[in-house]
Amino acid sequence: MSTLTDPPKEQFRLSMLVNDTRYRSLTFQAIAALVLALAIWYLGNNLLQNLRAAGLNISYDFLGNSAGYDINQRLIEYDNQDSHGRAALVGILNTLLVAFLACITATIFGVIAGVLRLSNNWLVSKLMAVYVEVFRNIPVLIWIIIIFTIMTAVMPGPREFRGAEPTASMLFDLFAFTNRGVYTPMPVFGNGFFASTALNWLVVLAVLAGSFFVMRRVEAKATATQEETGERPKTLLIALAVWIIPFALLMLAMGLTWEVPELKGFNFKGGIKIGGPLIALWFALSIYTGAFIAENVRAGIQAISKGQSEAAAALGLRPSRTMNLVVLPQALRVIIPPLISNFLNITKNSSLAIAVGYADITATLGGITLNQTGRAIECVLLLMLFYLTASLIISMVMNVYNSSVKLKER
Amino acid sequence: MSDKTTQQIAFVAEGMIPESPPPAREAGAYKWVRENLFSSIPNSILTLAALALIYSLLSNVLPWLLNGVWTTSSLAECREVLEGKAGACFSVLTERWHQLLYGFKYPTDQYWRPNLALLLLLIALAPVLFFDLPRRLLAFTAVYPFLAFWLIWGGSILVPIVALLGFVAAGVVFQKYGKSSFAAGFFGAIVAALVIWKLGGLLIPDAASDNAMLSSVPSRDLGGFMLNMMLGVTCVSLSVPLGIALALGRQSSMPFIKWICVVFIEFVRGVPLITLLFVASVMLSYFFPPDATVDLFLRVVIMITLFSAAYIAEVIRGGLAALPTGQYEAADSLGLDYPQAMRLIILPQALKISIPGIVNVAVGLFKDTTLVSVISMFDMVGMIRGPILASTEWNGVYWELLGFAAALFFVVCYGISQYSQWLERRLATGHR
Repeated sequence: MSTLTDPPKEQFRLSMLVNDTRYRSLTFQAIAALVLALAIWYLGNNLLQNLRAAGLNISYDFLGNSAGYDINQRLIEYDNQDSHGRAALVGILNTLLVAFLACITATIFGVIAGVLRLSNNWLVSKLMAVYVEVFRNIPVLIWIIIIFTIMTAVMPGPREFRGAEPTASMLFDLFAFTNRGVYTPMPVFGNGFFASTALNWLVVLAVLAGSFFVMRRVEAKATATQEETGERPKTLLIALAVWIIPFALLMLAMGLTWEVPELKGFNFKGGIKIGGPLIALWFALSIYTGAFIAENVRAGIQAISKGQSEAAAALGLRPSRTMNLVVLPQALRVIIPPLISNFLNITKNSSLAIAVGYADITATLGGITLNQTGRAIECVLLLMLFYLTASLIISMVMNVYNSSVKLKER
Repeated sequence: MSDKTTQQIAFVAEGMIPESPPPAREAGAYKWVRENLFSSIPNSILTLAALALIYSLLSNVLPWLLNGVWTTSSLAECREVLEGKAGACFSVLTERWHQLLYGFKYPTDQYWRPNLALLLLLIALAPVLFFDLPRRLLAFTAVYPFLAFWLIWGGSILVPIVALLGFVAAGVVFQKYGKSSFAAGFFGAIVAALVIWKLGGLLIPDAASDNAMLSSVPSRDLGGFMLNMMLGVTCVSLSVPLGIALALGRQSSMPFIKWICVVFIEFVRGVPLITLLFVASVMLSYFFPPDATVDLFLRVVIMITLFSAAYIAEVIRGGLAALPTGQYEAADSLGLDYPQAMRLIILPQALKISIPGIVNVAVGLFKDTTLVSVISMFDMVGMIRGPILASTEWNGVYWELLGFAAALFFVVCYGISQYSQWLERRLATGHR
């Protein structure tokens, strides 16, 4: 008679840590954690020793101290008595401003160039190919410097607008392009609802948003009618009314006037001044990234099979409607993901502002504040933290948009 | 009604009509122009607008270009020669070309050294870029980094030889023990290299560089386009192995290692290169031992390498993800362990897919090396904005200098991207 016994229980041996695949990954991870901890300890120890030797410590108190430097281009009130923290805030807003503007214009340039590059017109498509290759293959820093040089060395000085026979003149008597920046008319509210300009602008935004939502309802209704009857009711007049009438009434109520820049003394006074560095950075980032976006748009359009545009032509759609209704909506799905990374690149490349003296976060916090206070570690860490957060937020927002245009598959 | 006869029909063809050439409007240049440039009214408007743009560009640039002055020694002299006509002062290039290319401190009589290094670089890169060349040339590629280091920095030849010997020893140890156990071979190789370097460091006398064959040039004397090239080539070649390791780590099934790689890659990709260069210039020295002095060039190389390694890792991850799972399963079913499977089956295919992407990263990185001018290193852009435009002779010669820099970068980057496209066509083995 034989009895069944359990197989001998496997004893855990030390060699199994290396040879048994069940435990080996644990061993490796333990080694990796040990190495990482040692590296962090070594670097941290060096840091502490170095700081002690230099008589420094890690502290963010300097953000509350008076900054003592001026910033020309700013979106919020600031003078040199304000704190370093406020200077950094001015820088953050400036970074966001130039990144936002450049994202919009780069997309416009990119879409136009990408579509035109596929045009039947030989000359135009070759011209666009040259644009893309030239701008993609030259460093963006060189483009920023070139456009900044145009802004400072080629544009006329305010002096040349003066006298009986000026050598330079204002565009339509409204815009002045000078080597100190571009001056444009500024809207002023004579009797606004609030004393603060920012609050008045919020009112304007609210009214525009209201018009937008009303229009969305109107369009949705028109689409519903079209699906029911096959006839789309004309919405153009309603659209004009909804957009213009509330806006015009608001402007009348707030007493809108335009403050036109004027030559007074040695410089232009009044109006909005857009500094040369901002324009150089904005324009250079737009045309440089526009060339990359153009390639993405071209690839996206070419990814749509030719059958789609042939089918649209067979249905009798005109080429422009084929593009707008059939090809672009489908191409958008291919274009959006690389577009997101291009927007991220614009945001990161806006840090090159420091090369032309535009007061973005890199130039204020990472430039003047760092040099004045000597707080290198704190400043660089804050700088990285800002860019990391900005990158994460942008990619989050764009990913939400991406999933909304993505093909819904079961 | 139906009695029509042949006589009543006006014409009946009795033979084939001979072929005749198409009408003039439907052939040749006329047809091409009509179809490609003036097919419709909007198209014609576009063509005319493009022509106007090209004309306005050329009419401004061509006289300036053709009227260029090449032989004066300052901007004032150049303006005198031009007498108010439009024209370029290319003499700044003939006068300062060596500063633009080598920086303003590299010893003038030693220019042959970087030149030779560049020439040898082309030879060393050839077997890497073109697969048809004999594989034996790769031996030279392996020696090249040490040779180039010696050529550019000079000093005692013993330093690069000891460094090379360390790598050779590591290779020998790995060959010997790596076959049985990858880990033993790998760590044994590291230990062997460290031992050789330590011994070598003791053997090299301190005065070795004083009477060396090539006079020693400190890193801060490097500059100009040479600096851009050196940063680009060094950082790309260092970051490829690091990128492979990061990509494999990100794909790993071990959560801790995967987590480290993900955090590193996403962190580096989320911050601009400038902040990393700030780290190199003002922050990194705090993390070295108090008595160590690591020069700025090395610190910048470290940071740029980490930066591009993160991007290359993402490219290679794409290549790894593009491989069908069958390849991994086939490797497993053959009984290969992880290092063998990666080395023999997965990586050769994944790298082949990712080469065009790696080349794109390389082009982007090469363009980004101009950013070092922001942390006051005198690369090409730094030379233009610093010493040359600030000098009294050439204050105000923007277009010639910036145009030269742009042209140089364009030639190199366009060349590399053309190579990448050629390679993509070459490697397209999928659908023949």
